[in-house]
Amino acid sequence: MRLPSFLRLSPRWAPYVFISPFLILFAIFGVFPLLFSLYLAFQSWEPTSGLQAMEYVGLGNFAFALEDEWFWKSLKNTAWLALASGVPQHLVAIPLAVFIHNSFKRLRDGVIGAYFLPYITSTVAIAIMFSSLFSKDFGLINAGLHSLFGVENVDWLGKAENIKPAVAFIVFWRYLGFNVVLYLAALQTIPKDLYEAADMDGAGRWQQFFHITLPSLKPMILFGVMLSVIGGLQLFEEPFILTGGKGGIDQSAMTSAMYLYRMAFDFNDFGGASAMSWLLFALVVLMTWLTNRAFRPRGGSV
Amino acid sequence: MSQHVNDGRTSRWLAYAIVGVGALIMLAPFYFMFVFATHSRTEIFNLPPPMWFGDDLFVNLKILTERLPFWRNLGWSVYVALASTALTLLFCSMGGYAFALMDFRFKKALFALVMATMLLPSFMGMIPAFMIMDALGWIDEHRALYIPGAASAFGIFLMRQFASTAVPKELIEAARMDGCGEFAIYWRIVLPLLKPALGTLGLITFIGSWNNFMGPLIVMRSLENYTLPLALRSLQSPVNTEWGALMVGSAIATIPLLILFAVASRQLIAGLTAGAVK
Repeated sequence: MRLPSFLRLSPRWAPYVFISPFLILFAIFGVFPLLFSLYLAFQSWEPTSGLQAMEYVGLGNFAFALEDEWFWKSLKNTAWLALASGVPQHLVAIPLAVFIHNSFKRLRDGVIGAYFLPYITSTVAIAIMFSSLFSKDFGLINAGLHSLFGVENVDWLGKAENIKPAVAFIVFWRYLGFNVVLYLAALQTIPKDLYEAADMDGAGRWQQFFHITLPSLKPMILFGVMLSVIGGLQLFEEPFILTGGKGGIDQSAMTSAMYLYRMAFDFNDFGGASAMSWLLFALVVLMTWLTNRAFRPRGGSV
Repeated sequence: MSQHVNDGRTSRWLAYAIVGVGALIMLAPFYFMFVFATHSRTEIFNLPPPMWFGDDLFVNLKILTERLPFWRNLGWSVYVALASTALTLLFCSMGGYAFALMDFRFKKALFALVMATMLLPSFMGMIPAFMIMDALGWIDEHRALYIPGAASAFGIFLMRQFASTAVPKELIEAARMDGCGEFAIYWRIVLPLLKPALGTLGLITFIGSWNNFMGPLIVMRSLENYTLPLALRSLQSPVNTEWGALMVGSAIATIPLLILFAVASRQLIAGLTAGAVK
């Protein structure tokens, strides 16, 4: 089939036609809204009163955010959750990946699958499941803790100080497998003869782990930790669903992304929420940069 | 020597035990989701809770379909996931092909832009997304869920990576010499060669859309139009939550994912960690 000549695409224009869906969608749903939110960050505005009700307030929204107690609280919650879910993820994922790499042949795919499954499951289904497992008097988690360690029933979701560990556990559970897969991929690139040479020299398993495995994994650790930092600072769905969108007792599981949502959609303050989103974005960039720096050798070029 | 071998065996069994118990912990919530789906509310909150399947599945399903337009919500989830998969495959394969095999002005800068959008935190889009949907009149419309993300940066990146190794440049030039049009080249030569990557991207897109919560939360307004995650969440209330019904709904929302994962877990895992592992 031949198209009439005016419909035939000249090779010169073809690339632009092929990338045009990206450019058009990106312009409409990416660049424009982003610029608009930057503009909005300097305005006082409630969407219900129409576009003409917008009022320039300078840095007012930013000042308000920085004085807002809840904003700081949400930042602290976010940092707490990111650390409490992120650090164990890597501490557990690295040895787990080493075990799987060394000892599993035939069951390998099945085991990796089991650990990875939570990552592809709907957050809503997960949060619903866990809110029943974490229930105080009849939840399976308390029943297990009681029979194993004799622990009294913990009010996981009804007490301010307990919600955060519950959320952190769910996040840990959900992303552990992803990290295991990252580390498994990195383990495969370590040359076998390094271990053989170490065996010859009489180095034990622990020595091999600390002198060969860990140093070889370092680039992947940097990458994985960076993903955890970026992801942790965006945490939204798990605590949102688990606390019915409100942040739980005393807002103790209200992350910054959740507070942003509430500012805009519960309190109708779009200007304030926009300002907050840019502050938070700056924080993500800063933390990514700091993580990157912390892992580089001192004195080396960045 | 024998000491060493023995050592290896013990530590191997220890590794099996740790990894095995861990895997059970990972899978337990799924198991209990299915078990609880077959028990009534009172049974779920018995002490000890039920460990094996009961016979209230259809009672729970009945409650679920009374409380929610559940089959409609399920239908919308399928519809949105299929539409977004089809559009994403089309747009991303076009873009990925152009970035991998064509030369044009600003190519480097534009690709850098693609990569940059991958790093943008999701919360940055929350407010702007609502405003643009509002301006377009797309609030409570399903196209708001599948059009904006259809030329995803991740998809273009994945396609470009694959196309640059799987599609020989000479083949395309030869076709061009033979008078083959640009669209024909894309459709008849490039697309078939991209098939494996299209499969991976299709799976990832389908699952992403199926699980999408934040998107519908911001734009969808009526229960009738909700996709599954939003509909299920609306059943959760501080008092008298129908747990059995919720579990059936969650289980039904999880089954398609389990099937896809069982069929293509290797492909899926490789695709989802593609940016990291390469």
